[in-house]
Parts: sequence; C-alpha cells; structure tokens
Amino acid sequence: MATGVTIQRIIRGGFMSFWRNGWVSLTATLVMTLAVFVIGSLLFSNVLLTSALSQIEGQVDISVYFRTDAAEQDILAANAAIAQLPQVRSIAYVSRDDALAKFRARHAGNALITQSLDELADNPLQASLNIRAESPEQYEVIARFLESSVYQAIIDKVNYFQNQVVIERLSKVLSAGRAVGLGITIALAAIAVLVVLNTIRLAIYVARDEISVMKVVGASSAYVRGPFVVSGALYGIFAAFITTVLFYPLTFWFGPQAAKFFGGLNLFHYYLAHFFQIFLILLSCGILLGTLSSVIAIRRYLKV
Amino acid sequence: MIYFDKVSKTYSATSIALDGVSLAIEPKEFVSIVGRSGAGKTTLLKLLLAEEKPSSGEVYFESFNVHNATPNEVIQIRRRIGCVFQDFRLLPSKTAFENIAFAMEAAGAADADIAVDVPQALELVGLADKAWHFPNELSGGEKQRVAIARAIVNRPDVVLADEPTGNLDPISMREIMGLLKSINELGTTVILATHNHDIVNALEKRVVTIESGKVVRDDKKGRYMIK
Repeated sequence: MATGVTIQRIIRGGFMSFWRNGWVSLTATLVMTLAVFVIGSLLFSNVLLTSALSQIEGQVDISVYFRTDAAEQDILAANAAIAQLPQVRSIAYVSRDDALAKFRARHAGNALITQSLDELADNPLQASLNIRAESPEQYEVIARFLESSVYQAIIDKVNYFQNQVVIERLSKVLSAGRAVGLGITIALAAIAVLVVLNTIRLAIYVARDEISVMKVVGASSAYVRGPFVVSGALYGIFAAFITTVLFYPLTFWFGPQAAKFFGGLNLFHYYLAHFFQIFLILLSCGILLGTLSSVIAIRRYLKV
Repeated sequence: MIYFDKVSKTYSATSIALDGVSLAIEPKEFVSIVGRSGAGKTTLLKLLLAEEKPSSGEVYFESFNVHNATPNEVIQIRRRIGCVFQDFRLLPSKTAFENIAFAMEAAGAADADIAVDVPQALELVGLADKAWHFPNELSGGEKQRVAIARAIVNRPDVVLADEPTGNLDPISMREIMGLLKSINELGTTVILATHNHDIVNALEKRVVTIESGKVVRDDKKGRYMIK
C-alpha cells in the first residue's frame, strides 16, 4: 500500500478519535494546557530574572580617578590599554572639563555651588575612566591590572577597593539567583511532563480494549499507534494556542507591575515583540510532549 | 490447514487451561469446539491468533508455526483469520461502516475497494441501512452482525467465532448461526467455540469436545453430549 494513503488514514483517524472522544480530549487538552502554561511561565520568569540580574550587573562599574596633574595623553594611553583587556565590556573617559560641565549641570539650581566654583582658579575635578566588566567577578582582575600597571603613577584612586565587598557579594547572589532559577525551571518542567504523561496514559488505558481489537484484526503496531500519536499532537497544539492567548491578558496585567518591581523589562512588550517565537516554543513543547507521551503510554498495549 | 500439536497452556500450577491438545482442522471445515465455560475453548482460539503463547507444544497455521512467526508474519496470519467474539469487540468511536472498513484499511486495501466491499458486507449481514450507526445505537444482534461483516470483509481463510451467540436472544442467535453457515458454504473454514448444545446439535457438523483442557471427543457429525 502506498505510504501516503496510510499516513492520510492515520491522520484522519487521529482527528476523528480526538473529535469523537470529546471528554477525554478536553481533559487531556486542559491538563496539557496547564503543562504548557507552566513552561510558558518559566520562559517569562527566566526573561524577567535575566533582565533583572543583568540590570543589577549593569549598575556595577568601577571608576578610576586620575590625579589632577596627570597629562591627558597619559590618561588616554591608559584608556587604550585598559580597553584591550578581554574582561572589559565598555570603558568611558570623562575628562576634567566634562566632569566639571556635568557637575555644573547637576547643580545648576544651586547658586552657592556655582558661585564657589566660579571663585576657584582651577578645575578641582579629576578626570576618570568608568569601566564595565563582562561579569562582576572580573572587576578584581581589572583592578589588579590597574594597581600593577605603569599608569599607577597618574592614578589617584580606584573605587573598586572601596566597593569590593559589595561587588563580590552581589556577584555571588547573581550566580546563586541563576542556579536557583535553573533548578526551579527543571523541577517544574519535570512535574509538568509527568502530569501530562500520566493523563495521556489514562486516556490510552481507556482505549486498551480497542487497541487489542485493532491488533487482532490484523493492524500493525505502527498503524494502531499512529492515530493516538496524532491525537497527542492535537492536545499539544490546542494547549499551545490556549496558552498563547491566555498570556495576552496576563502579561498585560502583570507586565507593568513586574517592570515596576524588578525594574526594566515590561513582559507585555516582550510578549508582543516575541509573539511568534513564544508561540513556536509553546507549540513545539506541546507537540513534543503530546506525541512522546502517547508513544510511551501505548507501548505496553501493543504487545498483543 | 490448522494444526495444534500437543499444546498445553498453564497459567499457574492450579490453573491448567489446555493439557496436551492435538487437533487438525482442514480447509472449508465447520468445527464446533464445545465444552463448559473454562474448559479451554477460548484459550485454544487465542493461541491460534498468537494473542497468547503456549506453555508447550506448537500451533501451525498452514506452514507457519504461529509462535515462531515474526511480528510481521503474525500480522499476515491475523489478516487471514476473521474473528467474532461474544462481547462483539467493536470500536465504540467508529460507525458500523468504519468498523468494517478498519479491517480493510489495516490490511492496506485501496479506498476504491473499501467503498465497494464494505457496503457489500453490510448488505450480506442485512445492515445496509445502519451503516452510519455507532455501536451504542445498535442492538446486540446487530452489533454481532457488524462484527461478522468485519470478520469476513477481507475474505479470510478462517473465521473464528468465540461464543458468538452468548449475549443474544433466540432470534438473533438463529440469524448469526445462519450467517456462519453461509460463510462456511461459500468456502471459508469456520471454528465455533460455544457451550450452547442446541446450536451445535442443529448444525450436524464436526464437534470437538474439550473437558478440563483435554480433547475428550472428536466426532465428524457430532453432537454436544451433556453429562
């Protein structure tokens, strides 16, 4: 027989049994929706966690202040040398004049400060380099480099050493946060998978007599299994649709609140911007869960 | 055609279903296997279908040793055997037409053949007007007729009927037996397992009596003797 015809029959059989076993299909789809929803929520939580953590990471930097008598070309040479370090993500040079301009702008409304500055003969502010590392634990390497480099003579102070304890602690908190997030993700995803597997096992258990009849009538195992796998995929497809739609009002409501609490990213905007990627991820998870669970659940009943 | 060679089936030390049964069935025969409930009739049929394995002995379907056959050979053997059961065993979520068509689809028949053969089979069992009814919309007798149509639609060499009239009223019983006789007259081997002596005695065909897992009588034109 042509394989095309067989596949067509299997797919038709899967759709038909999905439709005709309405209650079983509804229950399985709802449980699957729960599982896919958990997976989707984990996705969003990870996005939120990553954004919050990188936001915190972004707040950490070190500043190198140069002596007021340091020549600008020496500072620029130091800038270039530090920028070469692989640990450095970005570096910004603030000249003495820039620092003064910023200072004036910040205190524009304060006449006392402005007048005091005007009375000074020289610019009292130091030139500085603001350095951001690739990750918080690398600040120490950068700080050590500065300490031992030839530029030490023109450096007045490096504020890393003042903030060292805070940065180290933050670095530990961030990596612990990531590990806990990953652990929770794996645990919840495993629970979701087990719940789906058991629900589909139950749905197939109900049909075990039918399966044995199909086998006795002379159907091959693949031909019997096929429609159940198609039904399993359908549970997943519907669950992915329902979940994706559910996330619209949920992120709409929760997004701004989370953004306020964690700072930065609004989940609703993320949902809209990544709508198709999110849907595809949920769809793939749903289909994979449904088909794999069916294949596993039907195995024992095919041994007739 | 079918040969049971010293077949025993033991479920546990105290539960012996078959004990050294040897039995040969020729093509086009109508054989009634009789005995009380639990005598081993159903086990005998399950062994032929490879639904169960014998504890010892061998079962042959033509040249195939059923229990040494590959999964693919088992499928081929099953497609040459039509089955009718006491509890009908129809697929509840498929209509009468689809139940019969399933046996053909599983065997790889073309859609065009299915469109012709299934209505013919329904016609033969007198259910042409109930093709699109689901099993729960049919009476016991009608369900059994659908099961017979499913059993014969692939033009099998053998039809196994395990207590086919067990759940039926006397009128349906007569109809089902009439159908099995016609199927046999058209050249198909029929193996009927039953404990109903009236239908066996009315047939006047070969009767194999099983008691406690052993063949105790095998008469060419037999009767079901009740002790």
